[in-house]
Amino acid sequence: MQFVLTDWMPNNQIFCCSSFYMLVKCLLYLKVLYGYQEGLLLLLDVGPSMHGVLPQVEKLCSMLVQKKLIYGKNDEVGIVLFGTEDTRNELSTQLGGYENIVVLRDIKVVDGDLIENLTRIPRGTVAGDFLDAIVVGMDMLIKKYGETNKGKKRMCLITNALCPIKDSDAGTKEDQVGLIAMRMSALGMKMENIVVRGSLSGNANQRIMDENDLLLDLFSKKSSVKTIYVDSPTALLGAIKTRNISPVTIFRGDLEISPNMKIKVWVYKKTAEEKFPTLKKYSDKAPPTDKFATHEVKVDYEYKSVEDTSKVVPPEQRIKGYRYGPHVVPISSAEWEAVKFKPEKSVKLLGFTDASNILRHYYMKDVNVLIAEPGKPGAMIAVSALARAMKEMNKVAILRCVWRQGQQSVVVGVMTPNVSEKDNIPDSFFFNVLPFAEDVREFQFPSFSNFPVSWQPNEQQQEAADNLVKMLDLAPSGKGETLQPEFTPNPVLERFFHHLELKSKHPDAPVPPLDGTLKKITEPDLELLAENKSIVDAFRRQFELKENPKLKKSTRRLLREKPSGSDERNGDDNVSDALAINSIESKPVTKVEKIGDLTPIQDFEAMMSRRDSPDWVSKAIEDMKRKIFNLVENSNNGDDYSKAVELFVALRKGCILEQVSLSLSPGFPFATDNCAFVVNFSPSAKLGKLLCLDIQLSINFRKFFLVQEPKQFNEFLSRICKFCQEQNLGSFCDLLASKELSLVTKSEAIDSDVTDDEARSFFVKREPKYED
Amino acid sequence: MDLDPDDVFRDDEDDLENEFFQERESTKEFVVYLIDASPKMFSTTCPGEDQREETHFHIVVSCIAQSLKTQIINRSYDEVAICFFNTREKKNLQDSNGVFVYNVAEREDLDRPTARFIKEFDQMEESFQKVIGSQYGIVSGSRENSLYNALWVAQGLLRKGSAKTADKRILLFTNEDDPFGSIKGAVKSDMTRTTLQRAKDAQDLGISIELLPLSRPDEEFNISLFYADLIGVEGDDLALVLPSAGHKLEDMKDQLRKRLFTKRIVRRISFIISNGLSIELNTYALIRPTVPGTITWLDSVTNCPLKTERSLICADTGALMREPPKRFQPYKNENIKFSTQELSEIKRVSNGHLRLLGFKPLSCLKDYHNLRPSTFVFPSDKEVIGSTRIFIALLRSMLRLKRFAVAFYGNPTHPQLVALVAQDEIVTAGGQIEPPGMHMIYLPYCDDIRNVEEHHSDANAVPRATDDQVKKAIALMKRIDLKEFSVCQFANPSLQRHYAVLQALALEEDEIPEINDETAPDEEGMARPGVVNAIEEFKLSVYGDSYDEENAHAGNGKVSEASKKRKAVAENAVKESANYDWADLADNGKLKDMTVAEFKYYLTAHNLPVTGKKEALISRILTHMGK
Repeated sequence: MQFVLTDWMPNNQIFCCSSFYMLVKCLLYLKVLYGYQEGLLLLLDVGPSMHGVLPQVEKLCSMLVQKKLIYGKNDEVGIVLFGTEDTRNELSTQLGGYENIVVLRDIKVVDGDLIENLTRIPRGTVAGDFLDAIVVGMDMLIKKYGETNKGKKRMCLITNALCPIKDSDAGTKEDQVGLIAMRMSALGMKMENIVVRGSLSGNANQRIMDENDLLLDLFSKKSSVKTIYVDSPTALLGAIKTRNISPVTIFRGDLEISPNMKIKVWVYKKTAEEKFPTLKKYSDKAPPTDKFATHEVKVDYEYKSVEDTSKVVPPEQRIKGYRYGPHVVPISSAEWEAVKFKPEKSVKLLGFTDASNILRHYYMKDVNVLIAEPGKPGAMIAVSALARAMKEMNKVAILRCVWRQGQQSVVVGVMTPNVSEKDNIPDSFFFNVLPFAEDVREFQFPSFSNFPVSWQPNEQQQEAADNLVKMLDLAPSGKGETLQPEFTPNPVLERFFHHLELKSKHPDAPVPPLDGTLKKITEPDLELLAENKSIVDAFRRQFELKENPKLKKSTRRLLREKPSGSDERNGDDNVSDALAINSIESKPVTKVEKIGDLTPIQDFEAMMSRRDSPDWVSKAIEDMKRKIFNLVENSNNGDDYSKAVELFVALRKGCILEQVSLSLSPGFPFATDNCAFVVNFSPSAKLGKLLCLDIQLSINFRKFFLVQEPKQFNEFLSRICKFCQEQNLGSFCDLLASKELSLVTKSEAIDSDVTDDEARSFFVKREPKYED
Repeated sequence: MDLDPDDVFRDDEDDLENEFFQERESTKEFVVYLIDASPKMFSTTCPGEDQREETHFHIVVSCIAQSLKTQIINRSYDEVAICFFNTREKKNLQDSNGVFVYNVAEREDLDRPTARFIKEFDQMEESFQKVIGSQYGIVSGSRENSLYNALWVAQGLLRKGSAKTADKRILLFTNEDDPFGSIKGAVKSDMTRTTLQRAKDAQDLGISIELLPLSRPDEEFNISLFYADLIGVEGDDLALVLPSAGHKLEDMKDQLRKRLFTKRIVRRISFIISNGLSIELNTYALIRPTVPGTITWLDSVTNCPLKTERSLICADTGALMREPPKRFQPYKNENIKFSTQELSEIKRVSNGHLRLLGFKPLSCLKDYHNLRPSTFVFPSDKEVIGSTRIFIALLRSMLRLKRFAVAFYGNPTHPQLVALVAQDEIVTAGGQIEPPGMHMIYLPYCDDIRNVEEHHSDANAVPRATDDQVKKAIALMKRIDLKEFSVCQFANPSLQRHYAVLQALALEEDEIPEINDETAPDEEGMARPGVVNAIEEFKLSVYGDSYDEENAHAGNGKVSEASKKRKAVAENAVKESANYDWADLADNGKLKDMTVAEFKYYLTAHNLPVTGKKEALISRILTHMGK
């Protein structure tokens, strides 16, 4: 390898002799001044060991260029390949050497051809020398820009750095790297080295790898060179910032520790979401022959009175109305200006607190970074001291910030230390916005310990979960972390740009499927799953999931209610008979839909007290009657009589209660037989109106009245007595009589026609007949 | 331009496409605050701030006042009614004894809170005894049942609207755990039964009844005496309802405040743990920035609301058009067209669920891995039985092993890589501080992260603090330590101001109340000698003698230069401006004959903006002169 410094100023000579070139130079200078042009050179290793990852390299570089075509149309890009069979570069023709390096494209403004170049990168045949490539690239950048374009000259090296660097006559490799790095920083050149390693490097020579890594590391130390190691195709796709955004401060000023101590800081955004591009609306109205049609759509707003839509109000006649409950308060901007909250621009320390006081999920927004103002050694040391102290003590700082003068709000947030591991990068702070009291909704959730045992994991299950959490590891020690946000591309944007490129060739191209490399972001890694198959299977075995069968048939409305328990009631699950007898008074946990055999009384009472439909009462009574009848009829020598009597008691009570609970309702003080009467009865017309509105409720009552429970009971009692007589089961009637279970009387329930005397004589009347 | 009031509560990525994943939600909430006003509520006190005893009644009323203020900001479409029971006077449509429905003019009993309602309710307590009065409603010997009446009145208030579109709630505040304790025998059981039946009837109509009990200092509120039956709690929820052991006023207030609002599920999602194993989760937006409400444009002449009409015009032909089906992106000198279907297809990179990818140690989650407020996830067994068990197992493992889960959340409009961070329950006397569950943190992609620090890198090593300087910084930190700091302890001064102004204007008050900016640093504390010394020592160790020099250098130098110039201009303007008789010129309509430069003398002299066209300047001058 040759290394010649003298040859590097050809432009200057030309510059001196021609005024035309001076003009060009001036234009170039202007461009630099306005800062919209970046000169980027891609140095791509295409040697045989790289072939496996070249498809990702192609995608990465295409993406980079595509974004430039949209966001940085004036940027200039060149491509240098190394590890090629051929040699085609200026340094080689001028000086010899620099073999196996091909300039695929000179540095020029981005265009569609560039993407063509990048989608079909020719594969090389020999091991590439990345140091040679860097020298060739530097030479090209210098020839193109000379001293200008400082900070905007960039090289991007993508290699696996597995191949040995050739020795040279001009000193050791380390010396050369030192020289190049020095020269690069002098010229304001930047470089990113993407080193493809890990599982992608195959069986490489460890010695060469270490030596190369050392050289690359030397670069990083000496100049603004960044070296990134990636170990998966996915991370490779995310290795370069494909969109160049120059950092802009959102605040420059004092970080006030106290009124007496202020540290000069600059604040930038550390994270900011790159949004999906906002596409313009397309108008197809222009005739196809119109070559200059913009196809754009303008949006026009008109303001019309809500009451009179024919009246158009000019924009300046509008006034802002702010909602306060049902009110809309009109406030002119001048008025508002006078009264609004106007904090002074400042960043003030409120104090320090334990890091554990600030839980991670309270971070509200994208993140800022606070960094000492360049050229202020005192501020740098102050930031460094505080950051290191905070890290050591595990503390964070709480700040109150007003970034801009005239900003109408303040933010309170947490400042955390960002201690740099590199000597040439200053320490700084991260800043995250915290919520205000108004921003937090303190919902209550049940404690897990309050959940039923069937929801708690047992020991084996917990162990299976432990294993899963331990082994499904995305950051195994010794290997690199996968899906690191820093190296994870946005699959949606990748797909959009891919589709955009396809459409530029075939306007009807369908949406491409998600790339396999990108699927690693949206789906679990199959390899990782395969490695841990036994653990995943064990986890699956330990836990059982089943669909809630009751939900299938239910409507959405039912989802809101407590799950119906009726299924279980009728099933094998024994509901304890020890349930409170008087279950009308205890809240039924489940909604009973029929009277079962196990707890007929409770079922009956639960049904009687249901108010979601008036039909339940009559159904309960019908069911109960049937049940009693069956018991009496099928009883063997009266052994079920006592049970039947119990049911009888419940039925009687239920029928009376039903009547009573209606009568007691306020607003229906003496409820009788229909709702029209209730309305007439109401003390004021207003109340009447209200009740009329409540049609649903009234209808319920109507239905209850029509059923007339006490009458039903009385009829049933007569029927069963008659039945007993006919079937010669008189002992049951005796039993009823002994329990004084006679007809329901008018004094018990207003709806009954039976007098007390009639009730008392009910069984007496029968007796003679019985004696007959 | 009306916006759905619930928008504030939704995730911003919410969209219609996803609607079918989630339970149909009630859009509005109707709440009746049922407040026990029995003498016992006034006689029982709790030690409050400044050692002052505060009555239970006061606690309840101030909590409700607080929540009304929050509600009018956040969810002003919800409707409330306030109803006292065990009162001397009665005021209710049913004319039931012992029940008083509180209201103000121009408002229905159950209605959206208004500025006047909030204001008058704030002062209601002073006149309570005079106007409403407190009196036991349930006494032996009479068949009156004020609790029954109260429930009946509340149910009556909640008849409005259908249960399908509104959540109906009764919140019952009392410190009497045995309301029928003074009654004996059959009457008692009768009253108990009818009251329970009344509550049950209300519940059957879709009204939920929630109890907010207050414990007396000497004895716990015994919920099982009566109220467990009334509110129909099941075993699991009982613990939530039960008041905790703390009797401190602040704790009680906290507990009440937290329970006034219902949880709203943002979305129901399934979490795919591995193929064939997915559990059911509900997501909740626990933390979202509250912003001043939306603006409604009004006609400044009539104060009538305006509606905005948007029309689309073809830029080439000027023709009016409908919403076009295609969008385009200029690319390579061409317009590449996309249909809206194609665009949503591009975004659909996953199937809409949350998909587990693996686990990482918590140290991998950096402070700058953040873009938006997090979303809380909590398991549900409603559709998939067994979900909660798996969730609890994973949560416990993650807590113990200090790991978080990485998952892909395939939301159709905004698919994103997320971190699921396990959070154990944190409970204090004041109730639950942090609910158990996982927080979904939206992770940035590589292009969302900026390497700003590198732009500040230097070819040489940058200055670093020495150990001694770090030690001084530690000493300083120890001095300015916020021990009790809790996130969200501050009210947003800007919002407070906003609503204070609105409230004052809505009530046509002359004075706008000053609000207290809680976020201002504690100047008193900072001025304590210990703190001042620590700061001075740190300053000296870092800057040496160069502090003033370094801070003065750029800032003051530049500012003084510019301000000097500005000052000179202003002085000149005052001088020049004095040469004209502005009032006279304005009255005689001669202003329009003058030059802009002349106007600027006046404007600068009076500290007014000098930008704009001549007409604008004239009108500004006239406005300033009050003409």
